[in-house]
Amino acid sequence: MGSGNARLMKKHDFPGRLIVVEGIDGSGKSTQLKLLYRHLATLDYTVFLSEWNSSPLVKSTTSLGKKKKLLTPTSFSLIHATDFADRFVNHIEPLLKAGVIVLADRYAFTAFARDAARGVDRDWVRNIYEFACLPDAAFYFKVPLAVSVDRILTGRQKLKYYEAGMDVGLSSNPVESFKLFQKRILEEYDLMTGEFGFTVMDGSLPIEEQQERMRASVHDMLAGFAGLRKGPHQEALR
Amino acid sequence: MTETTSFEAPGRLGSGRPRFYGQGLPYRQIGDLNGKLFVIEGPDRVGRSTQARLLSEWLESEGHAVMSTGFRRSGLTSAGLAQARMARNMHRITTSLFYATDFADRLENQIIPAMKAGFICLSDRYIYTTFARDTVRGADPEWLRRVYGFALVPDVVLYLRVEVDDLVSRVISGGGFDFWESGMDAGLADNLYDSFRAYQTRIIEQLDRMAEEYGFVTIDASRSVPEVFADLKTEIARII
Repeated sequence: MGSGNARLMKKHDFPGRLIVVEGIDGSGKSTQLKLLYRHLATLDYTVFLSEWNSSPLVKSTTSLGKKKKLLTPTSFSLIHATDFADRFVNHIEPLLKAGVIVLADRYAFTAFARDAARGVDRDWVRNIYEFACLPDAAFYFKVPLAVSVDRILTGRQKLKYYEAGMDVGLSSNPVESFKLFQKRILEEYDLMTGEFGFTVMDGSLPIEEQQERMRASVHDMLAGFAGLRKGPHQEALR
Repeated sequence: MTETTSFEAPGRLGSGRPRFYGQGLPYRQIGDLNGKLFVIEGPDRVGRSTQARLLSEWLESEGHAVMSTGFRRSGLTSAGLAQARMARNMHRITTSLFYATDFADRLENQIIPAMKAGFICLSDRYIYTTFARDTVRGADPEWLRRVYGFALVPDVVLYLRVEVDDLVSRVISGGGFDFWESGMDAGLADNLYDSFRAYQTRIIEQLDRMAEEYGFVTIDASRSVPEVFADLKTEIARII
């Protein structure tokens, strides 16, 4: 699968901690991250949540590209990298420097999985994200394809064009295309599990049980972590 | 007897396999490209746009279809990039990637389709100006080259070269200093004049280096417009 020639993200030595969740749509990762956020916020740590594809800088460009179906696998990859770069340099990195626990709902691995599923070169997309740092923990929420597809399809009206991977041309039927596309993404995540040392979470377990395991794992990771403590002015937030 | 107007048939361009600097576009079956890609490079104010217009008119008069392209002319990113530039607070990594998006869109949605259809694509600047600008601002040149691994290798890069003094006189006689052309965001100096000199000197340095790396055809652009144009025509006539 060769990430042999790619220059990769490196470990950071900032005082903060970076925890990311990954997984296909409907794997339950956002739900789990939100619960982790609530938990950490009750403790003495300063916590910040960062979501994928949320930079105001490129929002209008991404929407235009999706609406008019202008995005190719390469430009799709690059516009999301632009979005990520903006959030990384303006939010994630300064917060890590300040000693904050940053929780990221999807990270560079989402790009690695999706863009490779669209057929771009794996080394090429890994190299783009070279400026970012490796997270301290990456939880990969693994669910059988049928489960995630069912969760997504019951919850909404219609699949969007790029979400269903219609641009890849796997099938002219959106639901069929979505399934085939998600299958490819799942395969990419499985390949990355060893490459990046993901902590694999069984996304088909009850929500509470997953959260219990996640919290235990995060507590282990935070042993001896000082970080940025909340000041008295944040008392009301607890 | 009626007089017949004699004419010369336009030269045929011939077709070829696309060549890329790196991985290219692995998901896309491109096939042969029937057109050509000509690039005009050079610093701001060197007269690229004037020469590009003259070349386009000349090529059309010779019977070739021409498609012109240049920075921020992508249907996808032009509005977004204009907005981001206005704000003047974009980080250099973000800027590099936004411009790469602009280029990718133009390459796949303008340049390649036109070349497939047998057009000559005339690109007013290409990836090299981006490399120069970003490198001057501290980007890793190796990283940039790998990001642009999907870029098509042009048939020729015509580099309009002048000294920085020449650019300064062109700026002063032509509308004055501009924030971006002076590289004011690069933090090289606190005023437009000094910043322009420092910034454009570095850009020319980078382009000179790339002239060797990528085999540019260097053209002395300190001369008059017709003289420069005559040289450009000679170079292009060698290819078509």
